[in-house]
Amino acid sequence: MSGTFVGMPAFPEAARAAVADARLRGNLRHATHTIRAKRARAVAEVSDWAELREAGKRIKDHTLRHLDRYLVQLEEKVTAAGGTVHWAADAEDANRIVVELVRATGESEVVKVKSMATQEIGLNEALEAAGIRAYETDLAELIVQLGDDRPSHILVPAIHRNRGEIRDVFRERMSDWGRPAPEGLTDSPAELAEAARLHLREKFLRAKVGVSGANFMVAETGTLVVVESEGNGRMCLTLPETLISVVGIEKTVPTWRDLEVFLQTLPRSSTAERMNPYTSTWTGTTDGDGPTAFHLVLLDNGRTDTLADEVGRQALRCIRCSACLNVCPVYERAGGHAYGSVYPGPIGAILSPQLRGTASEIDASLPYASSLCGACYEVCPVAIDIPEVLVHLRERVVEGGPMVREGNKVVLKPAKGHAAERAAMRAARWAFSRPGALRTGQRLASRTRRLHPRTLPGPGKAWTATRALPAVPPEPFRDWWRRTGGGKEGGK
Amino acid sequence: MRVALFLTCVNDTLYPETGRAVVTLLTRLGVEVDFPAAQTCCGQAHYNTGYRHQAEPLARHFAEVFGEYDAIVTPSGSCGAMVRELYPRLGERARAEGRGGGLAATLAPVVPKTYELTEFLVDVVGVTDVGAYYPHTVTYHPTCHGLRGLGLGDRPLRLLRAVKGLELVELPGAEECCGFGGTFALKNADVSAAMGTDKVRSAESTGAEVLCAADNSCLMHLGGTMTRLRSGLRPVHIAEILAGTEEDGEAGR
Ligand code: SF4
Repeated sequence: MSGTFVGMPAFPEAARAAVADARLRGNLRHATHTIRAKRARAVAEVSDWAELREAGKRIKDHTLRHLDRYLVQLEEKVTAAGGTVHWAADAEDANRIVVELVRATGESEVVKVKSMATQEIGLNEALEAAGIRAYETDLAELIVQLGDDRPSHILVPAIHRNRGEIRDVFRERMSDWGRPAPEGLTDSPAELAEAARLHLREKFLRAKVGVSGANFMVAETGTLVVVESEGNGRMCLTLPETLISVVGIEKTVPTWRDLEVFLQTLPRSSTAERMNPYTSTWTGTTDGDGPTAFHLVLLDNGRTDTLADEVGRQALRCIRCSACLNVCPVYERAGGHAYGSVYPGPIGAILSPQLRGTASEIDASLPYASSLCGACYEVCPVAIDIPEVLVHLRERVVEGGPMVREGNKVVLKPAKGHAAERAAMRAARWAFSRPGALRTGQRLASRTRRLHPRTLPGPGKAWTATRALPAVPPEPFRDWWRRTGGGKEGGK
Repeated sequence: MRVALFLTCVNDTLYPETGRAVVTLLTRLGVEVDFPAAQTCCGQAHYNTGYRHQAEPLARHFAEVFGEYDAIVTPSGSCGAMVRELYPRLGERARAEGRGGGLAATLAPVVPKTYELTEFLVDVVGVTDVGAYYPHTVTYHPTCHGLRGLGLGDRPLRLLRAVKGLELVELPGAEECCGFGGTFALKNADVSAAMGTDKVRSAESTGAEVLCAADNSCLMHLGGTMTRLRSGLRPVHIAEILAGTEEDGEAGR
C-alpha cells in the first residue's frame, strides 16, 4: 500500500499520542457524535432497512463469488463503449500504468476526484516522482494536501481538523499550489468553501487529464458510478480530455438494478442524507461530450488473496460509507492516523492487514485495535461482521496458519512478540481444563491476598497505570458453596 | 427443572458475592440451582485473543459439565454471549478445517439452554418484580455483549424499575463501550482507559450513587477507574441489587 504510511508505529503507540491530544479528541468527538445521531435518524426513516442491508450483503457476496466472470463482462462492455481496460496486480503495476498514460498525453498535471484506491497505492507520490503534479479537488482532500497531512477518515479525510485550523492552512498554503486565499479569510464555512471553489475552479478549467476512483462499476453495461456531495468530482469526470479511473476490483456490481439498494444505503450510512447531491455515471466515451479517452485501471493489490479467505473475504463487501468509523469508540479516541493506512477505523483494522499481510508491526497490531464491542457490525449497511474478522485475524497473528499471498498458498508463522502471551494462554487453558488446579490457584491467591502489589509489572502495568486492581476476596465462591452446602447452612 | 449456575472464572475468583447473590435471588424465587464444581472457564479470553484452538477444549469441558442440565444461568453477559454466539462458530470452524462435526455436535446442546441472569428471570422464571429493595440512585450501563451479543434489550431495566426504593436514572451514551474488551484493556491500555474515564464521567453526570451492570468484567475495569478518579460512584452487579430485600435492610448493601 501507500509509501506514506511505511514506518508507522504500531497502533497502541500511535493511539497513545492521539489520546493525549485534547484538541484532536475534541474535534473527533464532536464530528463523530454529530454524524452518528444524524445517521441513526436517516436510517430510522427507512422501514425496510434490515431487508436493504441483507440485500446489499447478498448482492456483494454473489458478485464476489463470481467476480472473475463479472470482471470479464465489465472489460468487454467498457471496451465496446470506447474505453480501455488495464489490469494491475499490485500498487507498482497500477502506478506505472497511470504514469505512462499521463505521459502519453504530454501533460504534467492532473486533477483528482477523491479516490481511496489511488491513496492506497500512493499514486500522488508516484506521479510526483515522474514530474507530474496531482491536484486533489475534493474539499477535504484539498485541506489534507495543502496541509501536508494525511487523510484520517474515509469520507471526511480532514475530520481531525477544525475550522480555525482549515482557515490557517488555506491562508498559508493556497498560494503555493495556485490561487491564493482571499484577503481576510475567516473561518466561516461559506467563506472557506468560496476560497476552495475559486482555488479549484482554475484547475478544473485548465486540466487536460482527470484521475478518479469509483463507488461502483456495473458489469452489464460497463458503467462507472461516483456518488459525492460537492460536485467537484463531476468537474473532474467531465471537463478533462482524458479520464483515468483507478478502481478496486471488488467495486463491481452485476446490474443497474443492484444499484438501487446501494444508492439508498450508502448516502444514509455515510452522510446521513436520503440521497447524495451528485451521482455521476459514465460509460466509455461519447463523441462531443466529456473526455475523448477513457482508461479503467482494475486494481487487485491483495484483493484476490483476501477473496481466498473464507472468513476474511466479507471485508470486500465494504462500500466505504464510513458508518463504522463514526460509531467506533476506539476510532473516536485514537483518530484515523493511528491506523497507519488510508482505511482507518474498524474497516481499516480488518482490511489493511488482509491487503498488506500481517508482517509489519502496524499490521499485526491492527486486529487488536478494537474492544469487540460490536457497534461497527450493527451499523454496517452490508453487514460485515467486523468483530468476527478481527478475531480471525488475531488468530492469524498469534497462531499463524494457511493463507494465500500473491496467489500462492503459504503457511504463515505466528508473529513475533507473542511468545509470553501464548505461554500464558496455554497455561490458563491447562489450569481451566482441571478444576482442581483452578481451585489451588484461587486458594493461593486468597491466602496471599495481603501481599498483592498495587501496581503490576510487565503487561499488567498497563492496567494498573490507570485503574486500581480489584482486591482478591478471602474465599472464592466454590469454597463458599462447598462450606455452606450451597448457602443452605447459613454461610452468608 | 434442573438449573445450573455458571458463575464464570472471574466471578468465582474475584466476585464471589455476585455468585452468592444469584443463589439468594433464585432460591427466593423458588428456583433451585446447582453449582457443578467441575466448571471452569468458557474460553472467551482465549477465543477473543486469537487462540481459538486453545478455546476448544474449554468449550468441550463446558459442554460436558453443563450438558445434563435443563438450563444454565450466568450473571455475565459476555460469557453468556460466548456460549450462545461463539460456540456454534467454534463448531463451524472445526468443520471447515476438515475436523468433522464432532465439536459442533458436542457444543450444540448447551447453546440454547444458556441464559444470562436477567434473561432467565424475565423469560424463563417470568418475573420482573423480584421483590427486591434497594434505596439508592442507580444508573445502568448495558454492556456490549449483553446489549448487542445477547440482545438483552430492556430486560435489566424492567427488573431494576420494579425494585422498591430504587431510583433509576438514565445514563447518557449508555450504548457506548466502556473500553474493557478483555485483553484490549491491556493491549491498548491508553484508549481503553480513555473510554473508561468517559464512561465514569458520564455516569457521574447523572448524579447516581451506583453504576450497575450485568457483567463484572466491565465493572472491574470501571470500578478500578472510579478508584483512580476518586469518584463517588460505586460499581454494583445487578444480581446484588436484585438479591436484597427490605428484611435484609442495609445488610446486603
Ligand atoms: S465496513 Fe461497513 S460500515 Fe464500515 S465503511 Fe465499509 S460498508 Fe461502511
